[in-house]
This record gives sequence, C-alpha cells and structure tokens, in this order.
Amino acid sequence: MSAPPTAPQPSLVTPSPVNPAVADHPAMPGKRVRLAVDRPMRLDSGIEIGGFQIAYQTYGTLNADKSNAIFICHALTGDHFVVEKHPVTGKPGWWEMLVGPGKPVDTDRYFIICSNVLGGCLGSTGPKDADPATGRPYGLSFPVVTIGDMVRAQKLLVEHLGIEKLFCVIGGSMGGMQVLQWAVAYPESVFAAVPIATAARHSAQNIAFHEVGRQAIMADPNWRGGNYLLEGTKPEAGLAVARMAAHITYLSEAALHRKFGRNLQDRKAVTYGFDADFQVESYLRYQGAAFVERFDANSYLYITRAMDYFDLAADAGGTLANAFRPGGKTTPVRFCLASFSSDWLFPTSESRAIVHALNAVAANVSFVEIETDKGHDAFLLDEPEFHQVIHGFLEGCAEHRGLSARRAR
Amino acid sequence: MLDIRDDLKLIAEMVEPNSRVLDVGCGDGALLDYLSHAKNVDGRGIELSMDGVRQCVAHGLSVIQGDAEADLKDYPAEAFDYVILGQTLQAMKQPRDVLEMMCRIGRRAIVSVPNFGYWRVRLQLMLTGRMPVTEKLGYQWWETPNIHFCTLRDFVVLTEEMGITIEQTRIIDRAGRVASRAHSGFANLLGEQGVFLLRRNGG
Repeated sequence: MSAPPTAPQPSLVTPSPVNPAVADHPAMPGKRVRLAVDRPMRLDSGIEIGGFQIAYQTYGTLNADKSNAIFICHALTGDHFVVEKHPVTGKPGWWEMLVGPGKPVDTDRYFIICSNVLGGCLGSTGPKDADPATGRPYGLSFPVVTIGDMVRAQKLLVEHLGIEKLFCVIGGSMGGMQVLQWAVAYPESVFAAVPIATAARHSAQNIAFHEVGRQAIMADPNWRGGNYLLEGTKPEAGLAVARMAAHITYLSEAALHRKFGRNLQDRKAVTYGFDADFQVESYLRYQGAAFVERFDANSYLYITRAMDYFDLAADAGGTLANAFRPGGKTTPVRFCLASFSSDWLFPTSESRAIVHALNAVAANVSFVEIETDKGHDAFLLDEPEFHQVIHGFLEGCAEHRGLSARRAR
Repeated sequence: MLDIRDDLKLIAEMVEPNSRVLDVGCGDGALLDYLSHAKNVDGRGIELSMDGVRQCVAHGLSVIQGDAEADLKDYPAEAFDYVILGQTLQAMKQPRDVLEMMCRIGRRAIVSVPNFGYWRVRLQLMLTGRMPVTEKLGYQWWETPNIHFCTLRDFVVLTEEMGITIEQTRIIDRAGRVASRAHSGFANLLGEQGVFLLRRNGG
C-alpha cells in the first residue's frame, strides 16, 4: 500500500483524465471466467447473482494430483497481480516480497491462484460494470457483497480449476478475513490457513474509519449518488481523501515519524497557508492522487462494507470457537497466524482472540507476533522474520501433505 | 538420532508413541522436534519468547506465542495425552494453578523441577549464608526468573494435596544420570532435579 515517499507530488486538485473502464481494457493481463452461469449464487443478502465475471491470475504449475495449490486472498485495495507489473500503475506486484521463485510462497513449487474479489474493479464483476438488465453501470444498484460472498465466488473459481482441496489459503488484512472465512466455510477444502494481520470481526474503530472514507466519497459532488459513470464525472477528491485517511491507519506513528518527522516539503520555512508544507501532507496527497487512477469509488464503498459486516463469531452463534468446530469436531485445518507489534488497525489482540478460540477446540495452530515498527503495512514489506515463519510453516505442512521437496531449477 | 538435553530425554521416554502432546514453554522446540520425529507425536507448543516461537514455527512446529498462565485455560479438558512442563514450574506466578490446568487438559502431565533440596544448594546456603547460585540455577536472587523454588519433597507433598498421582519418578543427579526411580529423603538430597509423570486421581 506504500509508495515512495519522495516521488513527485501532484496536487489533489489537478484533474486527471476520466478513465472509467480502465480494468476492462482488452489488453489487461490475467485470466477471466464467468461463474454461476447455470445456477446463480445466493449472496448473504438473499439476492442471487449469476454469470458474474471473476478475473484471476495463476503462477507456477498445478501438480498431477492437484495438491499443491495455494490461494492468495488480496486486501481491500489489492488485486490479482501478485507478482507481476501492475497493468495500471506499472509498479511491481504487491506481494513480491513473499511470493515468487525460491520465496517462502514458492512459485517453483506451488500453484498460486489469486482472484480479484467480487465487487472489485480490476476485472471481477463490480458496481462499475454494466447491469445486464439495463445495460448501464450498476452503481449503487449492485448488491451488497460480504466476505462470505467473496469466498463463495473464490470457491466456484477453485472448483472451475478442478481443485478439490487447496494446500493453503493465505492473505493479510481483508485477505486474512477471507482466509478465516475459507477455513470456516470449507474446512474440508483447505489443508492449511494463514490469516495475517487480521481479525475475526471488524472492530468499531475500524468501521468508524471506513465510514469516514465512505462519507468523503459520498460528499464529493462528482459522486452523483453513485451514478458518476453515467454522468461522466469522477469523485476523485472524495476517493483520494478516503485513501489518505485509510493510509494513515496502515502505518504506525513511529513509521510516519521515521519517514517524515516534521520535515518540510521543498521549502525552507512554513508558508503560513494551507499548501502541503509538510512532507507527510505531500506524501498523503500523492497517495490519494495515485489511488484514484486505479480504483473505482463505488467499489471502495462496497468492499469496505464487506469488511464492516465481517463477524465470524456472530455467524457461529456468538462463540468464535464454535466456528472452528464444524459438526462438533475440531477443524482439520492447520493454522498459522501472524500479527505485527505496531499494527494498531489489526492489533495483536485480535489475532490472539482467534488463537484462543482455536485453542478452545484444540486445533492445530501456530501464532507469532512479529516485532516491527512498520504498522499494518508490515505484511507487505521486507520483514525477514515474518518470511522465515511463513516459509517454515509451509515446509512443515508440505511434509504432512506429502508434497515432494522443492523442484530443482 | 537427534540429541537433546538429559532431562528432556527422560521426559521423552515417558511419552507413548503416536500421542498428542502439548509442550508448555517449549523454548526452541528441541523436545517437540525430537518427539515428532522419534515418536511420531502430534505436538504443539506454547512459548513466551518471540525468538523461540519464531525458531519453532520456522522449523515446521505448531507453536503459539503466549503465556502459559494466561493461555492454558482456553484448552478443553483432555485435549492432549500429555502436557509437558520442563524446568519452568518454579518461574510461574501460580504454580499450583498451572499444575491443575495441566492435569485438566492432559490425560497425563509430565513435569521436571529443579531441586532446591539438593545437597550442594543446602550446603551453599548453610556455609555462605547467601542465596545459592549453582550451575543449573545460575541467577543472582535479584535477577532470577525463578520465583517459586521447591524441594522434591515439597513437590511430592503438593501433588498429594492436589489429588494427583505420581505414576513415574526419575531423580537425576548432577551428571544427568538417574539417581533414583522413587522419591525418598535420600533422593531429595542427591537429586539435582526430578522428572514426574502425573495423573489426576480417578482420571
């Protein structure tokens, strides 16, 4: 989620070309599939959708008995371009630190699948796509989707690929929520689960931050009640402010201080005005401006909502442990949880609550809190200890799953 | 085969193959690793130190970072065949509660404790008039994490009070040899540490 702090700093108010359908460009890399064509998929809201598109990408090779597949779940504003140049931003893949040849999630050894979430804006069906009933963009008539719905769609994709049981499901933040959902909804289809920097429910504080972001978008006059695509506008200012607020939550106070302190941006003294005097302001404006180039405002509303609604314990009758006791038996899934000491968005206590619930059913679980001052974003960054843990956990699981050692290259 | 500390070896001997084991304060995972390879146990661990946990998980062991005194209560009764506590009972705030929880969540508990009644300890205290510092208990009084020392006799008395049966006893001398297979006043003098296989009465 981070970008170079010293990159050129465009101002928020600079208009950029309206580019509503960036993701549907025919030259977009990756794969697409239409799912639930014959039988519509029922959403948690009760609405049924059929024939929706899921954009996904795969890396590595599926072995003969289809036992080496790892499903990666992306975070709120992530996508399926895990280890390749992003088609819109041109930046490296978002998890190249962890995934790749010889990396902990080894593409020489495992078959990696990642799909853009349902409701997303990078190829999977979402609010910016045309409603087949009207031929016009859904906007707010798109049904509200949940983490459960996203995972339902992922399960259909995995079935479409002919895979009965995933070796592992892994993801951080909202991706971690999907990992938990996978393990709870399809315990027999997941051998190992790695929920990182996440929680079994979205906290009041996190819902509050999301609401600030959504209100910023909806307060932008260019949002037009969600119909900006039809009306040829784009709520860039609102979406950028939403991103700026969210971005602060991904960092720690220490990380912000180390990066910027109170340093001034290209000037010797404060200007006694409301220009971006401070580097930190300039950085946030840059983050906001860069984000609107690659993300759809309505998608942001829908996906943040999905996170807000997530509450595994509530779905299991109020006791989280029950979620991990399908049919009265301890979940067969092997878990490895990781949290980061300076993450205040998904603090260690949230991971620990999941560990306690897993212990209460005597499930197979590992848990590590990684010492770092990089905040929530740490799961995307160079954290060697974190990477060692993931590597070791997957190695141990591979041994139990009977996967052969890493192929010689 | 893998080489492990003498007291860990004695603990491992008490564990039946193919059982479910929880190692409380598993350190770098040496015992768990040994048990999973030598006895094919389904092993789990709890460890307080981040470094220890990271080493364990990086070696493919299922270990959580946590505090035994806070985290043991989560587990259901008889979740494991054995709950092991090696050389850390004396560092617990509430050793009795920990023993209680171990005997609840495990069908058996295995505990090793350093013996404060060991003759060298007694002699040091008597001759120098200062808190004993030995090879195995190498801390000054003001820095030691060991806040609840006991003699082997103290330990046996506590198990009796708690209604816990000692099924096996190994008293180890300074060289790591088994000095006795039963508790006695003599063993309490000669043993530097004791390893006990415990079971709740009526369990």
